[in-house]
Amino acid sequence: MSLERILKRAAHEITDGQTINLGIGVPTMLVNYLPADRDVMIHSENGVLGAGRKASVATADPALIDAGGSYITTRPGGAFFDSAVSFAMIRRAKLDMSVMGAFEVDQEGNLANWKIPGKFSPGIGGAMELAQKTKNILILCTHQDKHGNSKILKKCTLPLTAEKCVSRIITDMAVMDVTKDGLVLKEIAEGLTIEQVVQATDADLILGEEVRSF
Amino acid sequence: MDKHTVIEEAIALIPNGADIMIGGFGSPGTPFTLIEELLRQGQTDLTLIKNDANETGIGISRLIENGQVKKLITTHIGLNKKVVDLMNDGSLEVSFFPQGILAEKIRTAGAGSFGFLTDIGLHSEITDKKDIIDWQGKQVKIEPALYANFALFHAGRADTFGNLTYRATAMNFCPLMAMAAETVIVETPNLVTPGSIAPETVHTPSAFVSKVVKIDASGPEYDLMEGRYEP
Repeated sequence: MSLERILKRAAHEITDGQTINLGIGVPTMLVNYLPADRDVMIHSENGVLGAGRKASVATADPALIDAGGSYITTRPGGAFFDSAVSFAMIRRAKLDMSVMGAFEVDQEGNLANWKIPGKFSPGIGGAMELAQKTKNILILCTHQDKHGNSKILKKCTLPLTAEKCVSRIITDMAVMDVTKDGLVLKEIAEGLTIEQVVQATDADLILGEEVRSF
Repeated sequence: MDKHTVIEEAIALIPNGADIMIGGFGSPGTPFTLIEELLRQGQTDLTLIKNDANETGIGISRLIENGQVKKLITTHIGLNKKVVDLMNDGSLEVSFFPQGILAEKIRTAGAGSFGFLTDIGLHSEITDKKDIIDWQGKQVKIEPALYANFALFHAGRADTFGNLTYRATAMNFCPLMAMAAETVIVETPNLVTPGSIAPETVHTPSAFVSKVVKIDASGPEYDLMEGRYEP
């Protein structure tokens, strides 16, 4: 299914030695797609560096959750800290990458993922600080919404989380990079044609030198 | 020196209309037993400051559902549909800040200062243009410190002087709130004699703590919530 395809592809973006934050929802599921020996430090906004996989009922500790409220394990070499330290780490750009979801992303790398006026406004959480201050923002989302509208736009219409912050977008249809020239189509999902991906995308896509399948 | 207090007396210090910081990011750190007593005593017109609104039916959500809360200052309430509905129908005033900005506002108050300068969300709708200044060649916004009358939170361990340690992610906003509020009331299931906590492991030193309440943390709020772990 599409989610599985996104996560499997995204797992390749995580390399040994990185310190990363996985956003609530789909990005958090990425931890289960990483090889067990992948040497990463996963940060969670509520005050963890070194988060591991979700805990089982036998290993769960009521005082140890991730920012999404799931009981988690920690890896050797982890640390706990208060919320001011947790966000100092984010604002001082100590994270190599943040993986986030999106309602809309545009070809300039603008990101909207915190509010849909009149429909969804549960608050900001850590999204603005992560999006504005992390060096690399990787977006994982479906290419289109439930109604078949492209989430990859020429220009975002919703209130922005941060401006020009996104570096790469992985959807169920494509892998795209935000560059100074525009949005470059790097890879397409197996079974699709470039034509189909371009058709399904509102943003202007620049074809990469070689568009591979994933 | 001894700050060990019975819960009724500690919570009775809180008047109607008080500003109260409540520790906890989700459940860990939330003072469920102190909240229960606040519910029983029934103080009203409260302004609560907490990262989130807990979940429907537990923690501060009960105070909100019971009509004791006038305003909530928070970062994200997405896990509590009931509170989102109360916000949307206008019966609860809610003020949102980015998570780390709320933490820093509290930390700044705890350090005895009045505000700080930041560029988070500078060009977004969360920024009022009148708060933007030029500072050393950069545009930044002024973010005021956030003080409160009271802070209530849970500590994994406390001695009777009020030296505290927190467990795992139950730390979150607690040590910051301890420093920012005038009167700090802490609940703990492990109340120990002074000297039992090694000085170099103290997270919050006793000077910031006003009252320590010993609680029985065997209730369901302190236990695992179903569906949040791997089956």
